[in-house]
This record gives sequence, structure tokens and C-alpha cells, in this order.
Amino acid sequence: MSINATLIGQMITFTLLVWFTMKYVWPPLIEALEARKQKISEGLIAAEKGQEDVKLAEKRAIKYLKEAKAESANIIALAQKRANDVVAESKQTAKVEGEKLIEAAKAQINQEIQQAKESLRKEVSSLALKAAEQILQEEVDKAKHKELINKVSEQL
Amino acid sequence: MSSEGGATGYIVHHLTPLSVGEGFWALHLDTLFFSAVLGAAFILFFKNAAEKATTGVPGLTQNIAEMLIEFVDQQVKDTFHGKSKLIAPLGLTIFCWVLLWNTMDVIPVDLLGLIGSVMGIEYLRVVPSTDLNATFALSISVFILIIFYSIKIKGVFGFAKELTCTPFGPWMMPFNLLLKIVEEIAKPISLALRLFGNLYAGELIFILIALLPAFIQPLLSFPWAIFHLLIIVLQAFIFMVLTIVYLSMAHEDH
Repeated sequence: MSINATLIGQMITFTLLVWFTMKYVWPPLIEALEARKQKISEGLIAAEKGQEDVKLAEKRAIKYLKEAKAESANIIALAQKRANDVVAESKQTAKVEGEKLIEAAKAQINQEIQQAKESLRKEVSSLALKAAEQILQEEVDKAKHKELINKVSEQL
Repeated sequence: MSSEGGATGYIVHHLTPLSVGEGFWALHLDTLFFSAVLGAAFILFFKNAAEKATTGVPGLTQNIAEMLIEFVDQQVKDTFHGKSKLIAPLGLTIFCWVLLWNTMDVIPVDLLGLIGSVMGIEYLRVVPSTDLNATFALSISVFILIIFYSIKIKGVFGFAKELTCTPFGPWMMPFNLLLKIVEEIAKPISLALRLFGNLYAGELIFILIALLPAFIQPLLSFPWAIFHLLIIVLQAFIFMVLTIVYLSMAHEDH
């Protein structure tokens, strides 16, 4: 066992190895490790955020659903009310129309009554005239008595 | 296989490094070669992972590299509370390199030696951590870094003050200095010797098992190999953690 120049040779080799490791081996590998660590933690954060987003989206969807339901209920109620209104309105219109018709019928009936009265009057007056002629048994000067006849027929 | 006969010769042969040169300037070619090859394997694997590094789903290479890196990074974060671009890559290099060195120990003791002898290499010691030069090279490098950071963070004066005025105050200056020097020197020595001792002893036991009759060998070498796997990882881990601890101590300003 002797210490000799091998020692120096070994020290040189060792120095070279350490230098090479320090310069070319350690930094890229440790960087890759750090970068991977970073990447994984970012991925985990992103995943967590994604889950949070899903939860939020679910909540929002439920909210929208509720809103839509409420709105549709509203619309249905409104439509029902509107239908009721329409029914009521048409009932009203029908009533008015009916009354109008009744009115018109009444007017016509009145008119017909008047006409009938008129013709009756005329007939009665001519009958009365004939009867008077016969009663008097003489020719009545129509022109002379026209005024009188008219007077009588107006009174009828 | 051995030029000398007998068990002693076998053991000595296995523990003799392939060296060139004499005295201090001798070089252990096997230690240099295997540690360089293992270092290159480490670098290639991690370079490959680093180039293909993606923030998406990682492949097998990247997964293994990331496991090791996160493991080392966690150790550094637990112990060291400053900011340093050096400490974590240093820890990773030490852990992986020492782990690969130690793993050479579970390769059957005679296998690479046999291949070597076929190629005409007489001595071959394949586990770099059983060479004091290799373990001391690591620990002395760490020691230099400890001194460097101590001075850088605390300043020359601050470091000198820490060496002379703790733990007993300025009136016990020489005693303090002696204690501190022993404390500092003990760090690299204990680092190197702990790793060396564990792996040397482990290798020695494998060699001793290999001397036994063939039918007993698996009964012993298999449990020992399993136990040794623990030591292999544990020693690499201890070396790395202590390096981090020493360097964070150097960063602490009192």
C-alpha cells in the first residue's frame, strides 16, 4: 500500500467529473424536474378550477331552469286571463248585437203596425164614406166634401 | 495464476496493483483505468439523460437519473442550508462514482484477472476503492473544497479566528489550534480510510472464500455478496453525506 502519483491522476479525473456534472448534467435534469413539478401543480389547479366551473355551470343551469319555469307559468296565467277576457268580451258583444237585433225587430213591427193602421184607416174612411153616401142616398160632391172627408180620416 | 505458490501468493497477487514507475511517481494503471471507465460510464449515462430530459413522461434513463438526482438533492436540502451550485452535483458525482467503484467488487474475483492474464497483464486489481490513492484522491479533493469554502465564506481572518479561538476562547490559542487541525485533518483521513477499509476487507474476504474448496465457495460467497451489496451502497452514501455535511459546516458562519 503506497500513496503515489495515482492520487494526483485520480484527483484530476475527479475534478473533471465534478466539473462536467456541474456544468452539463445537473442543471438540465433539475430544470426538467422543476418544470415537471410546475406543470403538474398547474394541471392540478386547472383541474380544480374546471370542477369549480362545472359546479357553477350546474348552479346557473338550475337557476335558468327555474326562471324558465316561472316564466312559462306566467305566460300560461296570462293566456288564461286573456282567454277569459276574450270570452267575456264576445259575450258582451253578442248581448249588444242581440239587443240591436231586438230593437230593429221592434222598430219594424212598429212600422208594420203603423202601415196596417194607415191602411185600416183608409179602408175605414172609404167604408165610412160609402156608408154615408148610402145613408144620404144622394150623390155627394166629392170635391165639395173632400175637405170634410180628409178631416174625418185624420181623426180616425 | 501466481508466480509465487500457495495461499499467501494468491492473496498478495490479488492485492497487488498493476503499476508502472518507481517510488512516488509510480502509477496504478488499473485504478486509473477502471475509475476512468466507470467515470465515463457515469457521465455518459447522465449526459444521455440530461440531453433527453423532458418535462413530460420520462423514459427509463431519465427516471433512473431523476431518482438519483432527487435522492441527492434531498440529502443536500436536508443538510445544507445555503445556496451552492457545486455541492449537489459534487454529491451526485461522489455517490455514483463510488457506487460504481464498489460495485466492481461483486464481479467474481478471478474473472477480470483471468481476462487480464490472457491479455498479458500480470497484476490486476479491479476495485478502485481498494486503492488508497483513489479514496484519498476523493477525500483530499473534498478537503481542499472545505478549506476553500471556509476561507471564502468566513474570510481569511474569520477562518483563522475559528481555528484559534474555538472551542476554548482566545487564551487557549495553541491548544485550540492543535485541536482544530486534528479535527480538520481527521475529516479527509476518516473519509478515505473508511471507504478503503470496508471495500478492502470485503475484497479480502472474497479472495479468502475463493481459496476454499469449490463446493463450499457458493455457500459462503453468495451470502457475503448479498451482505456486501449493502456495504457497497452504504459506503457510497456515507461518503456523499459526510461530504455534504463537511461542506455545510464550512459554510456556517459563527
